[in-house]
Amino acid sequence: MRGAGQDGRTAVRTLFERPALGVGERVVRQDGDLKVKGEFAFSSDLWMEGMLWGVTVRSSHPHARITSIETGAALALASVHAVLTHEDVPGRKTYGIKRADQPVLASDRVRYQGEPVALVVADSPEAARRGARKVEVSYEPLDPVVDPELALMPDAPRVHDQGNVTASLHIRRGDVVAAAGAADVIVEGEYEIGMQDQAFLGPESGLAVPTPDGGVELYVATQNLYFDLDQMCESLALTRDQIRMTVAGVGGAFGGREDLSVQIHACMLALHTGRPVKMVYSREESFYGHVHRHPGRLRYEHGATRDGRLVYVRARLLLDGGPYTSSSPSVCLNAGSTAVGPYRCDDIDVESIVAFTNNPPCGAMRGFGAVQACFAHEAQMDRLAAALDLDPIELRRRNAVEVGSAVATGQQLEAPVPVRELLERLERLPPPAAAGGDGDLLLLPGGTSNTTHGEGVRRGVGYAVGFKNVGFSAGFDDYSTARVRVSAVHDQPLVEVHTSAAEVGQGGIVIHAQIARTELGVADVMVLPADTDVGDSGSTSASRQSWLTGGAVQAACIAVREELIRRAAGRLGEPEDEMRLVEGRVETASGLGIELVELVAADPAVAVREYRPRRTEPLGPDGQGHAHMAFSFAAHRAVVDVDVELGLARVVELVAVLDVGTMLNPLAVEGQIEGGTAQGLGLALMEEVKVNGGIVANPSFTDYLVPTILDVPRIDSEILELAQPDSPYGLNGMAEAPSISSTPAIVAALRAATGRPLTRVPVQPTDIVAAGAAIHDLGAA
Amino acid sequence: MRLKCTVNGEAQEVDGVWEGESLLYVLRERMALPGSKNACEQGECGSCSVYLNGNLVCSCLVAAGQAEGADITTVEGLAREDGLHPIQRAFVEAGAVQCGFCTPGFVVATHDLLRRNADPSEMEIREALAGNLCRCTGYTKIVDAVRLAAERLELERRQA
Ligand code: FES
Ligand code: FES
Repeated sequence: MRGAGQDGRTAVRTLFERPALGVGERVVRQDGDLKVKGEFAFSSDLWMEGMLWGVTVRSSHPHARITSIETGAALALASVHAVLTHEDVPGRKTYGIKRADQPVLASDRVRYQGEPVALVVADSPEAARRGARKVEVSYEPLDPVVDPELALMPDAPRVHDQGNVTASLHIRRGDVVAAAGAADVIVEGEYEIGMQDQAFLGPESGLAVPTPDGGVELYVATQNLYFDLDQMCESLALTRDQIRMTVAGVGGAFGGREDLSVQIHACMLALHTGRPVKMVYSREESFYGHVHRHPGRLRYEHGATRDGRLVYVRARLLLDGGPYTSSSPSVCLNAGSTAVGPYRCDDIDVESIVAFTNNPPCGAMRGFGAVQACFAHEAQMDRLAAALDLDPIELRRRNAVEVGSAVATGQQLEAPVPVRELLERLERLPPPAAAGGDGDLLLLPGGTSNTTHGEGVRRGVGYAVGFKNVGFSAGFDDYSTARVRVSAVHDQPLVEVHTSAAEVGQGGIVIHAQIARTELGVADVMVLPADTDVGDSGSTSASRQSWLTGGAVQAACIAVREELIRRAAGRLGEPEDEMRLVEGRVETASGLGIELVELVAADPAVAVREYRPRRTEPLGPDGQGHAHMAFSFAAHRAVVDVDVELGLARVVELVAVLDVGTMLNPLAVEGQIEGGTAQGLGLALMEEVKVNGGIVANPSFTDYLVPTILDVPRIDSEILELAQPDSPYGLNGMAEAPSISSTPAIVAALRAATGRPLTRVPVQPTDIVAAGAAIHDLGAA
Repeated sequence: MRLKCTVNGEAQEVDGVWEGESLLYVLRERMALPGSKNACEQGECGSCSVYLNGNLVCSCLVAAGQAEGADITTVEGLAREDGLHPIQRAFVEAGAVQCGFCTPGFVVATHDLLRRNADPSEMEIREALAGNLCRCTGYTKIVDAVRLAAERLELERRQA
């Protein structure tokens, strides 16, 4: 289901009548055939003659002093080629995207369970694992700091010498104290979000190959080659020309590949042994080997007038960042920026804090700060609606931001701001199908467990709206680079598009080819593997790649087109401005022309272009400023059936309503909506990395539950295409927004069905059953 | 130890197999057939799905020794001489492939479903594929792909 565009929609500017498989079409993936045949090379599939296998020795303690590392017994094994420790790190001993505070290999102290301590390289994975078990690390355990609230106490043990505040932001606008006096109704709430894992299916992996000049080539699953490259140069003490990187097939990312995993380690082993070295994490290791979504405790106070106008919001968002910085400062900024939701409110006081602890490190995950904030602000809006006896959609409509409204950070929103429209569409959705599931057990909570035939099952409907900033923020000099080349191959024009943008499954490569077809009118487009032979295209994160790298590809294509026209004009002796590129040919209005292949036969036309979006700036005093380049908005309606006696819930319907700007590829857009919505369902109902005393209790897909095809209903979407004013083709970054509002919509539906407060996600059966304690008494927790 | 079996119609013989190895490891690392994937190696994700003597199994849960003398079909063995199997084509066209790491497992599991049930309902599809995890798609387009594949196979049968 897909709604038509409406006012403000601009048609995609096209140069040609209907470029086949150009911008706007449902183009399928060019790597799809390889993927369905099992022939696509993921990073974990790489193989090279003579390659060795590396494994990581990891800390068994969440917080400890290392008193000794004995490598002799491991080295004594015949098949083990080397064991490396912190002493072997050639350059900077630490790394990090924002601050280099994470050890490449721990030296005197470990700060989380699973922290890398040593590396073993051997002939086979099994031999390497055997070697790893022989590395003897002696620890002197220290008390782990496991509660972010206690971590902030003045006398708390310090995770780092400078204290336990990773990042903080205090946003103040207006005067909440004065405004509170004008509130007829005040609602307060405290909300908790568990630690979610990206759970991409392709394990962290890479293949490092030493090169004759003392450098190294790395094929790796990553989201950002140049973030990696710069950190690798520092720690490997190599220059940028000595490291060549290629994105190997990436099995999903969702933020979890923005920090380094095997990169420096595999290269150290390859440089040390002079042999190709492959590293592949097991699923358990993957849980230790990448950052997770920050768990949070969020306290809110909303005041409103009797007629449902927000008068003030006070909030404190405390996020647990684990022991290293990773991208916590940005998560902190986004959480604060979106803390109030897409609602107008002049008097606000929002504190967003990330604390260091000895829990697993947290960083980037799809939605990135806005997910945590949205769960809380939407629960608050529902509470407020209940207190005012107003319809929840109506309350939101009365407060919805519009063009010119300020978000929490004071930035005024520019068109399009579709919140009212999203709400209206939510309201107009057809009512959900009748409860009862046609007697099919699978459609009832509990499914084939045969726990109910409908008795004790209640239905609930819930709504939520969310928003998030698009792109990198707060003055980061963000840009992307693309190289486009047109040549003649077998007497046909061929376009090659080369960027360093990581394809992680989202379909960027499809869109780049579509843009090239639209701008150059050439059917054959090849998107080259992403590597560091071309300039920086930045990160596949923050919903930025279609906009930024799409913009760079478009700019490079336009430059190539101009070059082709110059060439044709020169050859034909016609003025440039009277010539245009039509399918396969450059010609004048009167039809005098020259074939494209002829123009490039001897000398391919090449252009490299950088694209920079509009600038942002760091927040000023009181957390105010123009920190974000754009915003995207999404809403969901969820319908749930809940067995209130057993606490089992089933989401029976999920509809996403959102604005995505102009769609470059509806198939890819729908895929992002459906996938993001399902991840939000996981956070609502089942996904949590459980951590007890700093120890991860469920590092496997047996115990960490990822939604299956039985847990996720068919996801429908209504898509608005309100063109962004200054993006390529009017597109907007959209890949994160669907993962933001689905969680609160589902929990709102659960509340409606059960009448329970449900202030923590994931919601457990014990939170739903009326007498939670009774379940424990039966020993069936 | 030595392992002999038939994979995708070809006789295979590999030496030096260690007792603890899984069939998945043997396929991927010893037979150069990395199409079967290794997302969990614990029987939870289905990315390693293959046919073992005609039965759909998670190859990560099959000890190499259990495959002695067996007839194995992997995702690499499903494509037809003249191109993709209709199931494979349907996955590409329906947008059921994003990162594609789950795809080989879904393709094999769908193949198994459709040979048992040529016209599955949506719930039958969901039940049959409940052992396969996908993190990218939210499954909606996977269900569409299976329906599309079923229709095309039915058409093929009628035309045959
Ligand atoms: S790898 Fe075999 S089930 Fe996951
Ligand atoms: S397409 Fe990525 S896991 Fe399914």
